[in-house]
Amino acid sequence: MTKEHANWSPYDNNGGTCVAIAGAEYCVVAADTRMSSGYNILTRDYSKIAQLADKCSMASSGFQADVRALQKHLEARHLIYQHQHNKQMSTPAMAQLLSNTLYYKRFFPYYAFNVLGGLDSQGKGCVFTYDAVGSYERVGYSSQGSGSTLIMPFLDNQLKSPSPLLLPAKDAVTPLSESEAIDLVKTCFASATERDIYTGDKLEIVILNAEGIRREYMELRKD
Amino acid sequence: MFRNQYDTDVTTWSPAGRLFQVEYAMEAVKQGSAAIGLRSKTHVVLASVNKANSELSSHQKKIFKVDDHIGVAIAGLTADGRVLSRYMRSECINYSYSYESQLPVGRLVVQLADKAQVCTQRSWKRPYGVGLLVGGLDESGAHLYYNCPSGNYFEYQAFAIGSRSQAAKTYMERKFETFTEASRENLIKDALFALRETLQGEKLTSSICTVAVVGIGEAFHILDKETVQALINEFEIAGEEAPADETAPQDQDGDAQPAAADQGPADQGVAPMDM
Repeated sequence: MTKEHANWSPYDNNGGTCVAIAGAEYCVVAADTRMSSGYNILTRDYSKIAQLADKCSMASSGFQADVRALQKHLEARHLIYQHQHNKQMSTPAMAQLLSNTLYYKRFFPYYAFNVLGGLDSQGKGCVFTYDAVGSYERVGYSSQGSGSTLIMPFLDNQLKSPSPLLLPAKDAVTPLSESEAIDLVKTCFASATERDIYTGDKLEIVILNAEGIRREYMELRKD
Repeated sequence: MFRNQYDTDVTTWSPAGRLFQVEYAMEAVKQGSAAIGLRSKTHVVLASVNKANSELSSHQKKIFKVDDHIGVAIAGLTADGRVLSRYMRSECINYSYSYESQLPVGRLVVQLADKAQVCTQRSWKRPYGVGLLVGGLDESGAHLYYNCPSGNYFEYQAFAIGSRSQAAKTYMERKFETFTEASRENLIKDALFALRETLQGEKLTSSICTVAVVGIGEAFHILDKETVQALINEFEIAGEEAPADETAPQDQDGDAQPAAADQGPADQGVAPMDM
């Protein structure tokens, strides 16, 4: 009477944590570089962040094979868009495309937990957060992955704006400066690394602003 | 003599062993406005003449970016050209998706040629009425190919297609030996000179031509109007061979040209369907 279960799964969880914070004129997207499987570390130096467009980056934790396939798919779609429209995709457009792409595989999902960060067409920072099947929302900050339960409440404490039910309505965008946001991200990961075994090794931070895109790295605990 | 009897569909041979429909398709290419290409060891330049129907309308797009490392210039039925460009873009994207590297130019032109050949052997199809100059870079260097409606393709150091292309070819035949080692600037200069040859005295300005470049470390891109006009002025090729100094405005050179050129040879060579 008990249902027979598969002795093989198409999925694996490679762990890791992703964070993104939107500012008035910048966006920060960060992820650790540890890739694991079970209690093993596969590599300490794997990037989970993909640059989908000039002003748009996506960090994804979960099953990295699915993540890579998803990144390639979006990169190819972006090329087609550029040929047809003669310009780069805006971040909100990419956000919708990602959602549709994820839902397309509603019945065999991409095991990918994504945060999309970038600048919108006004140059303001925007962050979009997703579940595995494409449900998404624009927010001022977000985290996904194995350390997200440790990081998210901390970000809420530091960044949360008053409820949208209150009037006057407030922006979803954080009043932090770029360097303050970067420091906050470093603090988040240093803390998450302490208690989450799947997070650590190195932190990769991508900063998008009007000048362009730049990367910063920080060492994390390797245990 | 027998042309009319054996030219109804593409799947009929003539007694002399010719497919007239395919030859008619190549005729369509000859009627289109000119497109030229030249290559050096490190760069490929494509250029085309863009004549608008009237002052009110926009110019026909004849040069397309296919990928960062490949571009194409077309002559003939530009709608067919647009469709084939879309196919080429799609092939490049699929190849980079699968192999995470750029599609070699030689492979792309073979696929394009095979696609053209299919249309020469199906009774319900017609050949593509467009000639394509495919310029690109890959691991084996810079390449320029010409793809024909017949399904044939050839590699060239330099080539020209479309109306009055023979004038450009004559110019390039004189100079092609210098192309391999030419610098990027000289290659573009030669392209503009060759293009001017097809204009038969009409003034060359950036508003009637398009120039595109691809090279080592330089993704395929179309040069903007200001850059092209600056190059034209710099190389003193705006009007006749008058050795006007660089600072003189092009008006001086071209004064007599617009009035005469517009009614005269300008309209004769270009077929209606090219617009």
